[in-house]
Amino acid sequence: MTASDTHRAIHAVWRIESARLIAGLARMVRDVGLAEEFAQDALLAALEQWPKSGVPDKPGAWLMAIAKRRAIDELRRGKRLERKHEELGHELEARQAQATPDLDAALDDDVGDDLLRLVFTACHPVLSTEARVALTLRLLGGLTTEEIARAYLVPEPTVAQRIVRAKRTLAEARVPFEVPRADELEERLASVLQVIYLIFNEGYSATTGDDWLRPGLCEDALRLGRILAGLVPKEPEVHGLVALMEIQASRSKARLGPSGEPILLLEQNRARWDRLLIQRGLAALDRVRALGGEQGPYALQAAIAACHARARTAEETDWARIAALYEQLGEVVPSPVVELNRGVAISMAFGPEAGLQVIDALASEPLLRNYHFLPSVRGDLLWKLGRFDEARKEFERAASLTRNERERGLLLERAAACARPPASEPKAPTRF
Amino acid sequence: MRFMILVKATKDSETGVMPSEQLMAEMGRYNEELVKAGVLLAGEGLHPSSKGARVRFSGTQRTVIDGPFAETKELIAGFWIFQVKSKEEAIEWVKRCPNPMLEDSEIEIRQVFETEDFAESDPSGELRKKEEELRKVLDSQRR
Repeated sequence: MTASDTHRAIHAVWRIESARLIAGLARMVRDVGLAEEFAQDALLAALEQWPKSGVPDKPGAWLMAIAKRRAIDELRRGKRLERKHEELGHELEARQAQATPDLDAALDDDVGDDLLRLVFTACHPVLSTEARVALTLRLLGGLTTEEIARAYLVPEPTVAQRIVRAKRTLAEARVPFEVPRADELEERLASVLQVIYLIFNEGYSATTGDDWLRPGLCEDALRLGRILAGLVPKEPEVHGLVALMEIQASRSKARLGPSGEPILLLEQNRARWDRLLIQRGLAALDRVRALGGEQGPYALQAAIAACHARARTAEETDWARIAALYEQLGEVVPSPVVELNRGVAISMAFGPEAGLQVIDALASEPLLRNYHFLPSVRGDLLWKLGRFDEARKEFERAASLTRNERERGLLLERAAACARPPASEPKAPTRF
Repeated sequence: MRFMILVKATKDSETGVMPSEQLMAEMGRYNEELVKAGVLLAGEGLHPSSKGARVRFSGTQRTVIDGPFAETKELIAGFWIFQVKSKEEAIEWVKRCPNPMLEDSEIEIRQVFETEDFAESDPSGELRKKEEELRKVLDSQRR
């Protein structure tokens, strides 16, 4: 093994072990920032020693032993003179004295609980969303600051700063290293799910920069979601989020044309959808059902995604069911955007007239005022109803609202087409 | 990236010797670890090649050859699909696998071809995009 091989191996070990390492240390020192420092010290020691000695048989245990020793030294040096820490120091030594030869087994005892505590700490409401994302990727995803910076296309010092500040915020707010009490669990879990889905979307709708690292974010988010599903297997919304991400990720290969142009859902070649991910997504949805959580917002969105995944062709899409699901989603999280989507589904299921009734009720909705999708949908429905003048106005308005050049071109084309309406059946695809 | 982890056949696996109870339990624990770490996408064990067949292609000819097949070492007894960040990570996970056989054995690690085609999602009403809008709305309501 060359030194660089070893370095890559160490990096891999780190990715596998770091979350458990930090979580275990955080339980001891009750401070996530400190825990991460000690873990980093262990990593440095590995980088120094393993190239000479080779990667040990139980690399996780090796790292933990070093990190614990560092923690004890630190506490002994009295840098943290709080009584609590002193006691902890003794406790550590006592534990150290009777440590089992097989540290791995000892670590595994409640590593799940520790990891869960780490998840909730990294996504704590005292932190900004940006900080939660950075900390989650760093502490739970095992990403380096540099990897996070590259994935988010920001300078590395920015991410480093963000993480330092986040750790300080946690320490200053004296955020306890624990799983939230039952009465706030749901809300706190929702915030964890939101962080994971944000990471996923950052990768899924990468719009700028050197794209090759962006899918990595989708994979990271999926991995985090799957880990979380293992930690809280009885929480249906976690499975709902995993299902949603698996199914969305299944389309990734079909979303781009040969020249890199985006391809809309209904025009995608479904043979390119990843069957394995779809299967996993549907299996996760089954778990949601078994747990009786079908009404959760992620579960409903996943169910909608599943309707598309199950349809072998765009024509086979069960629009009536999608409309019904949007209706349920609107009851759980009322929103004009959900209502707009319901309108589209209604029009696909029951015709443009029915869809228009739903859409027109949204005309004065302030949230949608500058949302190009509303006039674009409305234009399409009016076109289908043969009301070409009105359709043209809508397409023009939509064109003026969109920030996407390619889309503007398409909308203006459709507006122009309204001036010379088709003699027979309108052929325009529903742009959905 | 994805890797296909190929468990190579042995004399035992080819003659249909079932793994010991202890090995089954260890394998179960290992699989669980993979699932909990979020790296396992799929995995199956395979029947011996005596239950399999091959189709040989030559021009327009298709010839079916029934198993068993002789070159034991080249055969596959099972597989996993891992989703990891690097080949080293796949190797690291495989090193943690209990010996899948009761005799000396080998596991091969092969990268799966993928076109990583994530890029700009067109905001022209693709459902995804709208879900993202929905997410913004959800976010604003949750804050």
